[in-house]
Amino acid sequence: MEVVGQLQKQYVDFITSLFREAYLDDQYVQLQKLQDDSNPEFVVEVVSIFFEDSEKLLNDLASSLLVSISLFWVFILCLRPSLLLMVVLFFLLFLFQLYSQQQVVDFKKVDGYVHQFKGSSSSVGAQRVKNACVTLRNFCEEKNLDGCSRYLNLVKQEFYLVKNKLETLLRVSITLW
Amino acid sequence: MAMGRVSLEKKFHVLAIDDSIIDRKLIERLLKISSYQVTIMDSGVKALEFLGLLDDDNGSIESTFTSTTQNHQEKVDLIITDYSMPGITGFDLLKKIKESKSLKNIPVVIMSSENVQSRINSCLESGAEEFLLKPVQQSDVNKLRPHLLRGMPESNSFGY
Repeated sequence: MEVVGQLQKQYVDFITSLFREAYLDDQYVQLQKLQDDSNPEFVVEVVSIFFEDSEKLLNDLASSLLVSISLFWVFILCLRPSLLLMVVLFFLLFLFQLYSQQQVVDFKKVDGYVHQFKGSSSSVGAQRVKNACVTLRNFCEEKNLDGCSRYLNLVKQEFYLVKNKLETLLRVSITLW
Repeated sequence: MAMGRVSLEKKFHVLAIDDSIIDRKLIERLLKISSYQVTIMDSGVKALEFLGLLDDDNGSIESTFTSTTQNHQEKVDLIITDYSMPGITGFDLLKKIKESKSLKNIPVVIMSSENVQSRINSCLESGAEEFLLKPVQQSDVNKLRPHLLRGMPESNSFGY
């Protein structure tokens, strides 16, 4: 019995720290309020959907920032030019990409994905993920490809951090209650 | 929710539309806790189809078509929709409903994650009853009840 009491205290300390460090915000509390005896798995269900949905969004985001590069190279290779011509074309294309990245990446599409991710993370109370998405959206609006790529990594990081913590939290709460 | 009344014969029917799977799960739970009958759609197009509004290019087709479909499907007492959706947005949906002869009196509520005053104004001016900021909470869903009660015909009073 004492062991259970200690575990409960650890659970409370852990979840308190998650709120204090802004991994979670009040929306998570709202989720817990929606769970009751008639719907005892509600939080786990919502959080599981969030994990699955987010993995897909992160993949979509990563590929939407990359698609421009490969298409050009494929096009060039299909032309089957001589080696010299190929080298010249590659070089010109490289320069072209450097200066025209902004036109090639569909920032509206990227922004759409970030908007979705911001919404879903906000709906489960994943505050740090949501805030990172807000900043990422600013880079999208500026059509800053470098900023977007860098910040996407941060968004990813924050997601996996909160995922890890939520998995621990839910695992412990299932064993305790 | 107890208001000193005997159990209702019929629950209010709320149609909820959101393209986000998580937000659909949330709004469904919130509405069910409030004892509403809930129908959930993931797009504006499906909602229009459900409401019988898809063939509304010709106004006369709509008025005869919807009146027959409304008799066959259940009456909707309130529509709550997300604003930003691919294809037909919540705003487009709002306008189509308010332009429809048969459905314009159904209260429509908009949900949005963006707190943009111009957006709020245009929704309210186009006939939305409420503009709720996401994430939607129980206190927001409580705001729906007065709009639902207002729509009740006199002869159907439940003894309030």
